[in-house]
Amino acid sequence: MSKGEVVVLDFWVSPFCMRVKIALEEKGVEYEGREEDLFGGKSELLLKSNPIYQKVPVLLHNGKPLCESTTIVSYIDEVWPSPPLLPPCAYGRAQARFWADFIDKKVFDAVGKIWRSKGKVAESAKEEFLEILKQLEGALGEKDYFGGDSFGFVDVIAIPLTSWFHAVEKFGGFKVEDECPKFSAWMKKCMQKESVAKIIPDPEKVYEFVIMMRKMQGIE
Amino acid sequence: MAEEVKLLKTWSSLFGLRIVWALKLKGIQFDSIDEDLTNKSPLLLQYNPVYKKVPVLVHNGKSISESLVIIEYIDETWKQNPLLSQDPYEKAMARFWAKFGDDKVLSSIWSVFINQGKEQEEALQVAMENLKLLEENLKGKKFFGGEKIGFLDLALGWLANLICVLEELSDIKIIDKERFPLLLGWMQEFSQAPLINESWPPREKLLTKFQIMRENQSL
Repeated sequence: MSKGEVVVLDFWVSPFCMRVKIALEEKGVEYEGREEDLFGGKSELLLKSNPIYQKVPVLLHNGKPLCESTTIVSYIDEVWPSPPLLPPCAYGRAQARFWADFIDKKVFDAVGKIWRSKGKVAESAKEEFLEILKQLEGALGEKDYFGGDSFGFVDVIAIPLTSWFHAVEKFGGFKVEDECPKFSAWMKKCMQKESVAKIIPDPEKVYEFVIMMRKMQGIE
Repeated sequence: MAEEVKLLKTWSSLFGLRIVWALKLKGIQFDSIDEDLTNKSPLLLQYNPVYKKVPVLVHNGKSISESLVIIEYIDETWKQNPLLSQDPYEKAMARFWAKFGDDKVLSSIWSVFINQGKEQEEALQVAMENLKLLEENLKGKKFFGGEKIGFLDLALGWLANLICVLEELSDIKIIDKERFPLLLGWMQEFSQAPLINESWPPREKLLTKFQIMRENQSL
Protein backbone atom coordinates (compact mmCIF):
# COMPACT_ATOMS: atom_id res chain seq x y z
CA MET A 1 0.00 0.00 0.00
CA SER A 2 2.82 2.30 -0.88
CA LYS A 3 2.05 5.88 -1.78
CA GLY A 4 5.55 7.18 -1.55
CA GLU A 5 8.20 7.60 1.07
CA VAL A 6 7.08 7.97 4.66
CA VAL A 7 9.39 9.07 7.48
CA VAL A 8 8.42 9.74 11.09
CA LEU A 9 10.65 11.95 13.24
CA ASP A 10 10.16 10.16 16.49
CA PHE A 11 10.88 9.97 20.21
CA TRP A 12 10.17 6.61 21.81
CA VAL A 13 8.31 7.87 24.88
CA SER A 14 6.29 10.61 23.17
CA PRO A 15 2.63 9.63 23.13
CA PHE A 16 2.15 12.06 20.25
CA CYS A 17 4.65 10.14 18.13
CA MET A 18 2.96 6.88 19.12
CA ARG A 19 -0.31 8.18 17.66
CA VAL A 20 1.27 8.66 14.27
CA LYS A 21 2.97 5.27 14.28
CA ILE A 22 -0.17 3.43 15.38
CA ALA A 23 -2.16 5.13 12.61
CA LEU A 24 0.43 4.08 10.02
CA GLU A 25 0.49 0.52 11.39
CA GLU A 26 -3.31 0.36 11.25
CA LYS A 27 -3.18 1.37 7.61
CA GLY A 28 -0.39 -1.07 6.79
CA VAL A 29 1.85 1.75 5.59
CA GLU A 30 5.59 1.17 5.56
CA TYR A 31 7.52 3.93 7.19
CA GLU A 32 10.94 4.76 8.50
CA GLY A 33 11.07 5.90 12.11
CA ARG A 34 13.98 8.18 12.96
CA GLU A 35 14.62 8.56 16.65
CA GLU A 36 15.45 12.11 17.66
CA ASP A 37 17.84 12.88 20.49
CA LEU A 38 15.72 15.53 22.16
CA PHE A 39 18.17 16.01 25.03
CA GLY A 40 21.39 15.79 23.07
CA GLY A 41 20.42 17.94 20.14
CA LYS A 42 17.57 18.05 17.66
CA SER A 43 18.42 17.04 14.10
CA GLU A 44 18.74 19.53 11.25
CA LEU A 45 15.86 17.77 9.57
CA LEU A 46 13.58 18.29 12.57
CA LEU A 47 14.47 21.96 12.92
CA LYS A 48 13.93 22.47 9.20
CA SER A 49 10.70 20.48 9.03
CA ASN A 50 9.09 21.99 12.09
CA PRO A 51 10.62 25.43 12.49
CA ILE A 52 7.67 26.83 14.41
CA TYR A 53 7.44 24.33 17.24
CA GLN A 54 10.68 22.31 16.76
CA LYS A 55 8.89 19.29 18.17
CA VAL A 56 8.20 15.67 17.32
CA PRO A 57 6.32 14.04 15.76
CA VAL A 58 6.89 15.18 12.21
CA LEU A 59 5.62 13.11 9.33
CA LEU A 60 7.55 13.50 6.10
CA HIS A 61 5.55 12.24 3.16
CA ASN A 62 7.66 12.33 0.01
CA GLY A 63 9.70 14.99 1.75
CA LYS A 64 6.72 17.21 2.62
CA PRO A 65 6.52 17.85 6.37
CA LEU A 66 3.40 17.63 8.52
CA CYS A 67 3.34 18.62 12.18
CA GLU A 68 0.96 18.34 15.14
CA SER A 69 -0.02 14.74 15.82
CA THR A 70 -3.80 15.06 15.53
CA THR A 71 -3.45 16.87 12.19
CA ILE A 72 -1.03 14.16 11.05
CA VAL A 73 -3.42 11.34 12.01
CA SER A 74 -6.23 13.07 10.05
CA TYR A 75 -3.89 13.34 7.08
CA ILE A 76 -2.94 9.65 7.28
CA ASP A 77 -6.63 8.72 7.39
CA GLU A 78 -7.31 10.75 4.26
CA VAL A 79 -4.32 9.61 2.18
CA TRP A 80 -4.71 5.93 3.10
CA PRO A 81 -8.49 5.59 3.54
CA SER A 82 -8.56 1.90 4.38
CA PRO A 83 -9.39 0.87 7.03
CA PRO A 84 -11.05 4.18 7.96
CA LEU A 85 -10.33 5.76 11.35
CA LEU A 86 -13.10 8.34 11.14
CA PRO A 87 -16.76 7.30 10.67
CA PRO A 88 -18.42 8.09 7.33
CA CYS A 89 -21.09 10.51 8.53
CA ALA A 90 -20.38 14.18 9.23
CA TYR A 91 -21.92 14.11 12.72
CA GLY A 92 -19.87 11.08 13.79
CA ARG A 93 -16.75 12.77 12.47
CA ALA A 94 -17.57 15.95 14.37
CA GLN A 95 -18.00 13.97 17.58
CA ALA A 96 -14.67 12.23 17.00
CA ARG A 97 -12.88 15.52 16.36
CA PHE A 98 -14.50 17.06 19.41
CA TRP A 99 -13.27 14.28 21.72
CA ALA A 100 -9.83 14.23 20.09
CA ASP A 101 -9.59 17.95 20.80
CA PHE A 102 -10.78 17.42 24.39
CA ILE A 103 -8.13 14.75 24.91
CA ASP A 104 -5.49 17.04 23.42
CA LYS A 105 -6.46 19.91 25.67
CA LYS A 106 -6.75 17.98 28.90
CA VAL A 107 -5.11 14.60 29.34
CA PHE A 108 -1.35 15.10 28.93
CA ASP A 109 -1.37 18.31 30.95
CA ALA A 110 -3.28 16.55 33.73
CA VAL A 111 -0.76 13.69 33.68
CA GLY A 112 2.06 16.24 33.79
CA LYS A 113 0.57 18.01 36.79
CA ILE A 114 0.69 14.79 38.78
CA TRP A 115 4.30 13.81 38.14
CA ARG A 116 5.59 17.37 38.29
CA SER A 117 4.26 18.02 41.79
CA LYS A 118 4.11 16.67 45.32
CA GLY A 119 1.85 16.65 48.33
CA LYS A 120 -1.42 18.56 48.17
CA VAL A 121 -0.81 19.86 44.64
CA ALA A 122 -0.26 16.32 43.35
CA GLU A 123 -3.37 15.19 45.23
CA SER A 124 -5.60 17.76 43.54
CA ALA A 125 -3.91 17.06 40.21
CA LYS A 126 -4.86 13.40 40.66
CA GLU A 127 -8.49 14.36 41.30
CA GLU A 128 -8.51 16.51 38.18
CA PHE A 129 -7.02 13.67 36.14
CA LEU A 130 -9.61 11.16 37.33
CA GLU A 131 -12.39 13.63 36.60
CA ILE A 132 -11.17 13.85 33.01
CA LEU A 133 -11.09 10.06 32.69
CA LYS A 134 -14.65 9.89 34.01
CA GLN A 135 -15.74 12.37 31.33
CA LEU A 136 -14.09 10.14 28.74
CA GLU A 137 -15.91 7.14 30.21
CA GLY A 138 -19.11 9.08 29.56
CA ALA A 139 -18.11 9.54 25.93
CA LEU A 140 -17.25 5.84 25.63
CA GLY A 141 -20.62 4.77 27.02
CA GLU A 142 -21.33 1.12 26.36
CA LYS A 143 -19.20 1.01 23.22
CA ASP A 144 -16.16 -1.21 22.82
CA TYR A 145 -14.13 1.65 21.43
CA PHE A 146 -14.60 5.40 21.16
CA GLY A 147 -15.02 4.65 17.47
CA GLY A 148 -17.90 2.23 18.16
CA ASP A 149 -17.40 -1.38 17.12
CA SER A 150 -14.00 -0.76 15.67
CA PHE A 151 -10.80 0.95 16.75
CA GLY A 152 -10.90 4.48 15.38
CA PHE A 153 -9.65 8.04 15.40
CA VAL A 154 -10.29 8.88 19.05
CA ASP A 155 -8.87 5.54 20.17
CA VAL A 156 -5.65 6.30 18.25
CA ILE A 157 -5.47 9.75 19.82
CA ALA A 158 -6.13 8.49 23.34
CA ILE A 159 -4.38 5.14 23.79
CA PRO A 160 -0.75 6.35 23.65
CA LEU A 161 -1.34 8.71 26.58
CA THR A 162 -2.22 5.71 28.72
CA SER A 163 1.39 4.52 28.48
CA TRP A 164 2.16 7.28 31.00
CA PHE A 165 -0.57 6.24 33.43
CA HIS A 166 1.47 3.59 35.25
CA ALA A 167 4.02 6.25 36.14
CA VAL A 168 1.44 8.66 37.59
CA GLU A 169 -0.33 5.81 39.36
CA LYS A 170 2.94 5.13 41.16
CA PHE A 171 3.50 8.78 42.06
CA GLY A 172 -0.12 9.45 42.90
CA GLY A 173 -0.74 6.22 44.81
CA PHE A 174 -3.83 5.14 42.90
CA LYS A 175 -4.91 2.77 40.18
CA VAL A 176 -6.95 3.75 37.13
CA GLU A 177 -8.44 0.24 37.18
CA ASP A 178 -10.00 0.89 40.59
CA GLU A 179 -11.15 4.44 39.94
CA CYS A 180 -12.27 4.16 36.30
CA PRO A 181 -12.91 0.49 35.51
CA LYS A 182 -14.64 1.21 32.19
CA PHE A 183 -11.70 3.25 30.98
CA SER A 184 -9.33 0.57 32.15
CA ALA A 185 -11.29 -2.08 30.25
CA TRP A 186 -11.08 0.04 27.11
CA MET A 187 -7.30 0.35 27.60
CA LYS A 188 -6.94 -3.43 27.83
CA LYS A 189 -9.03 -3.95 24.72
CA CYS A 190 -6.88 -1.52 22.71
CA MET A 191 -3.68 -3.15 23.93
CA GLN A 192 -4.85 -6.39 22.30
CA LYS A 193 -4.62 -4.75 18.90
CA GLU A 194 -1.46 -5.63 17.03
CA SER A 195 -0.70 -2.04 16.01
CA VAL A 196 -1.05 -0.79 19.56
CA ALA A 197 0.88 -3.60 21.24
CA LYS A 198 3.72 -3.08 18.78
CA ILE A 199 4.07 0.65 19.39
CA ILE A 200 3.21 1.28 23.06
CA PRO A 201 6.41 1.02 25.14
CA ASP A 202 6.78 -0.93 28.37
CA PRO A 203 5.10 1.20 31.10
CA GLU A 204 8.03 0.44 33.45
CA LYS A 205 10.41 2.07 30.98
CA VAL A 206 8.10 5.11 30.78
CA TYR A 207 8.10 5.21 34.58
CA GLU A 208 11.92 5.21 34.61
CA PHE A 209 11.89 8.03 32.07
CA VAL A 210 9.54 10.09 34.23
CA ILE A 211 11.77 9.50 37.27
CA MET A 212 14.66 10.85 35.23
CA MET A 213 12.60 13.88 34.17
CA ARG A 214 11.67 14.59 37.78
CA LYS A 215 15.35 14.49 38.78
CA MET A 216 16.24 16.78 35.90
CA GLN A 217 13.58 19.25 36.97
CA GLY A 218 14.60 19.07 40.60
CA ILE A 219 11.38 17.50 41.87
CA GLU A 220 11.95 15.04 44.67
CA MET B 1 -36.65 17.29 5.04
CA ALA B 2 -36.87 20.72 6.60
CA GLU B 3 -33.49 21.58 8.04
CA GLU B 4 -33.36 23.10 11.46
CA VAL B 5 -30.13 24.93 12.14
CA LYS B 6 -29.57 26.85 15.34
CA LEU B 7 -26.45 28.67 16.45
CA LEU B 8 -25.85 29.46 20.10
CA LYS B 9 -23.34 32.29 20.45
CA THR B 10 -22.93 35.69 22.07
CA TRP B 11 -23.14 39.09 20.37
CA SER B 12 -19.35 39.50 20.56
CA SER B 13 -18.04 35.96 20.44
CA LEU B 14 -15.15 35.75 17.97
CA PHE B 15 -15.52 32.02 17.68
CA GLY B 16 -19.26 32.33 17.15
CA LEU B 17 -18.60 34.77 14.33
CA ARG B 18 -16.66 32.07 12.47
CA ILE B 19 -19.76 29.96 12.39
CA VAL B 20 -21.99 32.83 11.27
CA TRP B 21 -19.63 33.39 8.35
CA ALA B 22 -19.44 29.69 7.46
CA LEU B 23 -23.22 29.33 7.44
CA LYS B 24 -23.72 32.52 5.43
CA LEU B 25 -21.06 31.60 2.87
CA LYS B 26 -22.87 28.31 2.32
CA GLY B 27 -26.23 30.06 2.09
CA ILE B 28 -27.69 28.14 5.03
CA GLN B 29 -30.68 29.53 6.88
CA PHE B 30 -30.20 29.46 10.61
CA ASP B 31 -31.60 30.80 13.87
CA SER B 32 -29.21 32.73 16.01
CA ILE B 33 -29.51 32.62 19.78
CA ASP B 34 -27.39 35.11 21.72
CA GLU B 35 -26.52 33.71 25.12
CA ASP B 36 -25.87 35.60 28.31
CA LEU B 37 -22.83 33.79 29.65
CA THR B 38 -23.40 35.12 33.16
CA ASN B 39 -26.72 33.32 33.09
CA LYS B 40 -26.38 30.31 30.81
CA SER B 41 -29.56 28.95 29.32
CA PRO B 42 -30.72 25.37 29.93
CA LEU B 43 -30.37 24.92 26.18
CA LEU B 44 -26.65 25.73 26.26
CA LEU B 45 -26.05 23.48 29.25
CA GLN B 46 -27.92 20.71 27.49
CA TYR B 47 -26.16 21.08 24.16
CA ASN B 48 -22.63 21.64 25.44
CA PRO B 49 -22.44 19.82 28.77
CA VAL B 50 -18.65 19.33 28.55
CA TYR B 51 -17.54 22.95 28.25
CA LYS B 52 -20.81 24.92 28.68
CA LYS B 53 -19.45 27.39 26.13
CA VAL B 54 -20.43 29.01 22.88
CA PRO B 55 -20.55 28.57 19.98
CA VAL B 56 -22.72 25.50 19.64
CA LEU B 57 -24.33 24.46 16.39
CA VAL B 58 -27.54 22.48 16.65
CA HIS B 59 -28.51 20.72 13.42
CA ASN B 60 -31.84 18.89 13.50
CA GLY B 61 -31.48 18.52 17.25
CA LYS B 62 -27.88 17.25 17.22
CA SER B 63 -25.28 19.52 18.78
CA ILE B 64 -21.69 20.17 17.80
CA SER B 65 -19.23 22.26 19.81
CA GLU B 66 -15.73 23.74 19.30
CA SER B 67 -15.72 26.26 16.47
CA LEU B 68 -13.15 24.62 14.19
CA VAL B 69 -14.90 21.25 14.57
CA ILE B 70 -18.18 22.99 13.72
CA ILE B 71 -16.76 24.57 10.55
CA GLU B 72 -15.53 21.17 9.33
CA TYR B 73 -18.96 19.72 10.07
CA ILE B 74 -20.63 22.49 8.08
CA ASP B 75 -18.20 21.96 5.20
CA GLU B 76 -18.87 18.22 5.12
CA THR B 77 -22.64 18.53 5.46
CA TRP B 78 -23.27 21.28 2.92
CA LYS B 79 -21.02 20.77 -0.07
CA GLN B 80 -21.61 24.04 -1.94
CA ASN B 81 -18.87 26.66 -1.74
CA PRO B 82 -16.24 24.38 -0.16
CA LEU B 83 -14.12 25.86 2.63
CA LEU B 84 -11.42 23.21 2.81
CA SER B 85 -9.38 21.88 -0.10
CA GLN B 86 -9.91 18.29 -1.22
CA ASP B 87 -6.15 17.80 -1.24
CA PRO B 88 -5.11 16.15 2.06
CA TYR B 89 -1.86 18.13 2.33
CA GLU B 90 -3.58 21.48 1.75
CA LYS B 91 -6.22 20.48 4.27
CA ALA B 92 -3.57 19.55 6.82
CA MET B 93 -1.85 22.91 6.30
CA ALA B 94 -5.11 24.80 6.81
CA ARG B 95 -5.81 22.86 10.01
CA PHE B 96 -2.24 23.41 11.26
CA TRP B 97 -2.37 27.17 10.70
CA ALA B 98 -5.84 27.48 12.20
CA LYS B 99 -4.54 25.79 15.34
CA PHE B 100 -1.48 28.06 15.30
CA GLY B 101 -3.80 31.04 15.11
CA ASP B 102 -5.78 29.89 18.14
CA ASP B 103 -2.88 28.56 20.21
CA LYS B 104 -0.27 31.22 19.50
CA VAL B 105 -1.45 34.30 17.64
CA LEU B 106 -4.54 34.99 19.70
CA SER B 107 -2.79 34.60 23.05
CA SER B 108 0.25 36.64 22.00
CA ILE B 109 -1.90 39.54 20.81
CA TRP B 110 -3.98 39.36 23.96
CA SER B 111 -0.74 39.59 25.95
CA VAL B 112 0.15 42.81 24.17
CA PHE B 113 -3.27 44.20 24.93
CA ILE B 114 -3.40 43.48 28.66
CA ASN B 115 0.20 44.26 29.57
CA GLN B 116 2.08 47.48 30.02
CA GLY B 117 5.69 48.70 29.86
CA LYS B 118 8.40 46.08 29.56
CA GLU B 119 5.99 43.13 29.54
CA GLN B 120 4.07 44.74 26.70
CA GLU B 121 7.30 45.26 24.73
CA GLU B 122 8.23 41.61 25.11
CA ALA B 123 4.72 40.48 24.27
CA LEU B 124 4.82 42.64 21.15
CA GLN B 125 8.00 40.92 19.95
CA VAL B 126 6.37 37.50 20.29
CA ALA B 127 3.18 38.67 18.58
CA MET B 128 5.14 40.12 15.68
CA GLU B 129 7.07 36.87 15.16
CA ASN B 130 3.78 34.99 15.01
CA LEU B 131 2.26 37.52 12.63
CA LYS B 132 5.32 37.32 10.37
CA LEU B 133 4.53 33.66 9.83
CA LEU B 134 1.01 34.54 8.76
CA GLU B 135 2.39 37.26 6.49
CA GLU B 136 4.59 34.66 4.74
CA ASN B 137 1.60 32.39 4.37
CA LEU B 138 -0.18 35.05 2.30
CA LYS B 139 2.53 35.37 -0.36
CA GLY B 140 0.95 35.22 -3.81
CA LYS B 141 -2.54 34.85 -2.39
CA LYS B 142 -5.52 37.12 -1.99
CA PHE B 143 -6.94 35.09 0.87
CA PHE B 144 -5.39 32.36 3.02
CA GLY B 145 -7.69 30.06 1.08
CA GLY B 146 -6.31 31.31 -2.25
CA GLU B 147 -8.66 33.11 -4.59
CA LYS B 148 -11.66 32.58 -2.35
CA ILE B 149 -12.33 32.77 1.36
CA GLY B 150 -11.70 29.42 2.99
CA PHE B 151 -11.38 27.62 6.29
CA LEU B 152 -8.22 29.42 7.37
CA ASP B 153 -9.66 32.84 6.55
CA LEU B 154 -12.61 32.10 8.80
CA ALA B 155 -10.31 30.79 11.53
CA LEU B 156 -8.14 33.93 11.41
CA GLY B 157 -10.95 36.31 10.57
CA TRP B 158 -11.09 37.72 14.09
CA LEU B 159 -7.77 39.46 13.30
CA ALA B 160 -9.41 41.54 10.60
CA ASN B 161 -11.68 43.27 13.06
CA LEU B 162 -10.42 42.87 16.57
CA ILE B 163 -6.90 44.16 15.92
CA CYS B 164 -8.16 47.66 15.22
CA VAL B 165 -10.21 47.62 18.41
CA LEU B 166 -7.31 46.44 20.54
CA GLU B 167 -4.85 48.82 18.89
CA GLU B 168 -7.13 51.76 19.55
CA LEU B 169 -7.61 50.86 23.21
CA SER B 170 -4.00 50.06 24.00
CA ASP B 171 -2.62 52.86 21.81
CA ILE B 172 -0.09 50.55 20.23
CA LYS B 173 0.32 49.55 16.59
CA ILE B 174 0.62 45.81 16.19
CA ILE B 175 0.05 45.33 12.47
CA ASP B 176 1.83 48.10 10.59
CA LYS B 177 2.05 48.67 6.83
CA GLU B 178 5.82 48.35 6.57
CA ARG B 179 6.11 44.99 8.25
CA PHE B 180 2.79 43.43 7.31
CA PRO B 181 1.59 44.75 3.93
CA LEU B 182 0.03 41.44 2.91
CA LEU B 183 -1.71 40.92 6.22
CA LEU B 184 -3.15 44.44 6.10
CA GLY B 185 -4.28 43.83 2.52
CA TRP B 186 -5.97 40.59 3.57
CA MET B 187 -7.64 42.29 6.53
CA GLN B 188 -9.20 44.82 4.17
CA GLU B 189 -10.28 42.30 1.54
CA PHE B 190 -11.73 39.98 4.13
CA SER B 191 -13.50 42.67 6.19
CA GLN B 192 -15.16 44.12 3.14
CA ALA B 193 -16.24 40.85 1.58
CA PRO B 194 -20.03 40.64 1.43
CA LEU B 195 -21.54 38.42 4.11
CA ILE B 196 -18.41 38.95 6.21
CA ASN B 197 -18.88 42.67 6.40
CA GLU B 198 -22.50 42.58 7.48
CA SER B 199 -21.82 40.31 10.44
CA TRP B 200 -19.33 42.31 12.48
CA PRO B 201 -20.50 43.15 15.98
CA PRO B 202 -21.07 46.88 16.62
CA ARG B 203 -17.68 48.58 16.99
CA GLU B 204 -18.64 50.91 19.84
CA LYS B 205 -19.95 48.01 21.89
CA LEU B 206 -16.73 46.08 21.25
CA LEU B 207 -14.61 49.05 22.34
CA THR B 208 -16.56 49.28 25.59
CA LYS B 209 -16.40 45.57 26.25
CA PHE B 210 -12.66 45.24 25.69
CA GLN B 211 -11.90 48.37 27.64
CA ILE B 212 -13.64 46.82 30.63
CA MET B 213 -11.79 43.52 30.11
CA ARG B 214 -8.48 45.39 30.00
CA GLU B 215 -9.25 47.24 33.21
CA ASN B 216 -10.25 44.02 34.94
CA GLN B 217 -7.01 42.37 33.90
CA SER B 218 -4.90 45.07 35.50
CA LEU B 219 -6.79 44.91 38.80
